[in-house]
Amino acid sequence: MDIDIRPVGACGALVVLGSQISEATGARVAALEQAVRRAHIAGITESVPAFASLLVRYDPLRTDYDSVCAALRFLSGDISSEGAQAGRTVDVPVCYGGAYGEDLPAVARHAGLSEEEVIRLHSGRTYRIYMLGFLPGFPYLGGLDERLFTPRLPTPRTRIPAGSVGIGGQQTGIYPMESPGGWQLIGRTPLCLFAPGRKLPYAAGDSIRFVPIDAREFEQLAVREREGRA
Amino acid sequence: MNILSPGPLSTVQDMGRTGHAAQGYPECGACDKYALALGNLLCGNPPTAAAIEMTLTGATVQFEQSTVVALTGAACVPTLDGQRISLNAPVRIAAGATLEIGMFTAGLRAYLCVQGGVDVPPVLGSRSTDLKCRIGGVEGRALHKGDHLPVGKPAPGYSLDRAARASRLLAGKPWLLQPRTAHAYLGEQVIPLLRAVPGPQDDAFTSGGLRAFFSGLYAVTPDSNRMGVKLSGPAAAAKNGSDILSDGIVEGSVQISANGQPILMLADHQTTGGYAKIATVIAPDLSAAAQLRPGELAAFRPITAQQAVRLCRDTAQQLRTIKELIDHG
Repeated sequence: MDIDIRPVGACGALVVLGSQISEATGARVAALEQAVRRAHIAGITESVPAFASLLVRYDPLRTDYDSVCAALRFLSGDISSEGAQAGRTVDVPVCYGGAYGEDLPAVARHAGLSEEEVIRLHSGRTYRIYMLGFLPGFPYLGGLDERLFTPRLPTPRTRIPAGSVGIGGQQTGIYPMESPGGWQLIGRTPLCLFAPGRKLPYAAGDSIRFVPIDAREFEQLAVREREGRA
Repeated sequence: MNILSPGPLSTVQDMGRTGHAAQGYPECGACDKYALALGNLLCGNPPTAAAIEMTLTGATVQFEQSTVVALTGAACVPTLDGQRISLNAPVRIAAGATLEIGMFTAGLRAYLCVQGGVDVPPVLGSRSTDLKCRIGGVEGRALHKGDHLPVGKPAPGYSLDRAARASRLLAGKPWLLQPRTAHAYLGEQVIPLLRAVPGPQDDAFTSGGLRAFFSGLYAVTPDSNRMGVKLSGPAAAAKNGSDILSDGIVEGSVQISANGQPILMLADHQTTGGYAKIATVIAPDLSAAAQLRPGELAAFRPITAQQAVRLCRDTAQQLRTIKELIDHG
């Protein structure tokens, strides 16, 4: 099969596997990422999955663009959306509303729904992680219910607490660390998602399910996370 | 090492936090990696050791113990206890001495390398400061007055005499002091011609837009930083807007923002982005790009990926030649 590979300077090759965000394309990206990782090709240093592409980085002192392209053509001959090892589904506990998600009333108002209905819709499905970026551990998720699409804040907040779960336009996601940002905040997870050296609980290709918890559970889990980190 | 005065932006940097881009960790590391490698070689370190990257004005540093340092990158007029010292050369430091680097006379970033390297604890395999994630370096931040930096153990077998002789030879071969980049001249101005491989989204631009990009002169704007060099010049017109589905970015990626202006990604770049990337500047030419001050000019020249690989190898060979001089005279 002819695949679309483009040069990224002297150190990368971008494999383009589609032009739309879709489960099938995401699965092919994940399958190619796994195949590249398993093949241990000399000179390939790392790869970065995205919505519809895989950036494969190489060391120009150990290999070259044509060799990398040949290896990628060979590997991509085998991949299909079914070939990918199914990602895991990771539960992310979220305390919705109140001080944990101060924009929940605004999101509910915009959708013409009750706050409970927003929570039910948001936590009622699994979301595929297409890629991580923007911040370490920040998941780009697909599959938000259309009824919950909400415009970003007109003025971004300068400080969003770590673990905040928000909606920005047609996307939902988690801020793993304190950061500025313009998404509408509907809840917060007590999971400590930014801890360099500790493995992230999820990767691109996995799925996330938001599990509603109350404030007491949030505080208990937060204590456990802090102890786990220490 | 004690920081008596840090200068406007001084950070601990090595060759970067590689291998974690899929989790969203920026690479960071020195913006001018050739200057870091050269300075490290001159004081007997592996080229990857951590050093202090300074911006526009250098630090003033007091040394508790005798050591050897080397200053590379931007031009400056450093003094050691009031005496002028050379750039791109190993300098013996006596215990208690004070090195004052001062304002740079040309270039934007200088590197203070010390024998044994700056020995802050590595985070995810790198000592580089990540200012956004607040990890690496000293508490993940720029250096403050009063900071104390630990220094590692020197590698065995280093001879200051041999390194000093090598640096005198280098002074007669100035083309070895940086990667061999191409330049154009406009009156007094020296304009680096940054070699770049078109793509990965060069097909998102009109033929006129591509021509404008590869023939225009671009000025560095004041809002440039370690994340990227923002440029202003002829707009590179896109066929259908410059938004793409976000994909991976590398150091050297040139994004074209909505107004048609290029942003050249440097060490602190985000791992992914949603603007079309017209070209990727090759690693050797990023050293020249990292030294551009606001207002200075640059231009882009297209090369193939195959040529780009060869040029990276030439630059690595150049550093091996320098290492050979230092190790064996």
